[in-house]
Amino acid sequence: MNTFKRKTVLVTVLLLLFSAASISGSEGAEVDTGITSWMLTSTALVLLMIPGLAMFYGGLVRTKNVMGTMMHSFTAMGVMAVLWVVIGYAMSFGENILGGWFGWNKDYFLLKGIDETIMDAKVPEYVFSMFQGKFAIITPALIAGAFAERVTFKGYVLFIALWGMIVYNPLCHWVWAGDGFLYQLGAIDFAGGTVVHISAGISGLVAAIYLGARRGHPSTAMPPSNLTMTMMGAGLLWVGWFGFNAGSSVSSGLLTTQALTATQTAAAAGAIAWMIIEGIHHGKSTALGFASGILAGLVAVTPAAGVVQPWGALILGTAAASVCYLAIILKDKLGYDDSLDAFGIHGIGGIVGALLLAFLMRGSHTVPEIFSQFGVQVLAVGIAIAYAAFVTFILLVIVNKLVGLRSSVREEMQGLDASYHGEHGYGMVNVS
Amino acid sequence: MKLITAIIRETKLDQVREALIENEITRITVVRVSGHGQQLNEDIYRGKKVVPNLIPKVKLEIAVNDSFVDITVNTIIANARTNASGEVGDGKIWITPLEECIRIRTGEKGGNAI
Repeated sequence: MNTFKRKTVLVTVLLLLFSAASISGSEGAEVDTGITSWMLTSTALVLLMIPGLAMFYGGLVRTKNVMGTMMHSFTAMGVMAVLWVVIGYAMSFGENILGGWFGWNKDYFLLKGIDETIMDAKVPEYVFSMFQGKFAIITPALIAGAFAERVTFKGYVLFIALWGMIVYNPLCHWVWAGDGFLYQLGAIDFAGGTVVHISAGISGLVAAIYLGARRGHPSTAMPPSNLTMTMMGAGLLWVGWFGFNAGSSVSSGLLTTQALTATQTAAAAGAIAWMIIEGIHHGKSTALGFASGILAGLVAVTPAAGVVQPWGALILGTAAASVCYLAIILKDKLGYDDSLDAFGIHGIGGIVGALLLAFLMRGSHTVPEIFSQFGVQVLAVGIAIAYAAFVTFILLVIVNKLVGLRSSVREEMQGLDASYHGEHGYGMVNVS
Repeated sequence: MKLITAIIRETKLDQVREALIENEITRITVVRVSGHGQQLNEDIYRGKKVVPNLIPKVKLEIAVNDSFVDITVNTIIANARTNASGEVGDGKIWITPLEECIRIRTGEKGGNAI
């Protein structure tokens, strides 16, 4: 009974801390400059992940698509940031409307009502709103990896705008807002395993299948344009992830450092696991494999960063890398074209983390408690998968009808760079 | 023996290459080149009209025995055209006599070495 109480308290504290915005800030609260400065730093670190993602994805595509692919991340930085300020924050962290489908609070429209609000977590609400806004940017940008090298620019922009509004904001509300129904169920999603990675991964899978494979897939080799850039991107993602996970504590203390330690440990374990598996399986450990292992570990620890100890993070990282490795082999067998493995890493890694965390939580738990938590996790993951897949499919059909989503053969062969941006990433290839 | 040299659009390389392979012409060399032709590659970049002075193209070099010349040329023509009627800039093919061909590995000479 005692341990059950402790667990309940722990989970409640975690979730309360994270969804503190749902508790309207009290006027009298004082700003804690320590917490605020860490949250400002975290916000900047999470933003750094988006150019990191642009480099990671940009290096993986062929030379003719490098600018178009980097633009996928950068346009998300523009489009999603504007939408977030206008209605995204209100839809995510407002009070339940339409039966809890998403939230709404007219004070959050254009962030008008939070100009001077200090939250109970002792930070200005602006910093929390901006921190959360970065998650709304990176999530649709992750999807771009699934349909890279064959999506029209117009179609992509319209798709992420609609997806952010109709898929991301409701999911964010359900899991993190105080009155969100998954939050009420006690689902643990510390920094966005379900909201960010599973939703992006599943939507990516649906989009990749809907758009069809790239011309020439899988018989034609499609070599990465610049793995050096990919490695730098992976490095930036790892560094930025400290803001992503440790910042999600919305505090600057014990919980923050617990999350940071788990993040570091899982990333390293994932990278090593991938390196060893690939080394044994293929005889060579690739740089891209190491980077994939880093990401698999980071993705898996995202929902769990606040509740696992280093030993749990080691298991999470290793398990995620192993399962993602198998998922990518399976992808080649099934033949769908998830170009840059948005589903293979983010979808699968997120699911592994969200489910496995029930068995790795700190503190002692009885077997029934563990399985009841596991049940809640399964439910939350299942709902996220079903919702993201279904709504993404509808959005894809709508966007395709409105502006066209799949590049024409000519555009695809010429490359996204020349077709949609009139530019070339690598000008040195031809004399001009 | 003939040396067939074809200058084609970059965007058509995969299609031409796949068609050649289908017709059992598998030994080709591909180079990125830039050059002038009839095509005027006018482009608008950041609001300004620009005319790049050299246009990027792809050059194929294929050494074939005489009996394969027609099929090679026809395959390239059929697949390198932008549409049924073709457009300025689709490229050019020239055929030159090939004096000798030697396989380095064995030292074989002539038609068998191709």
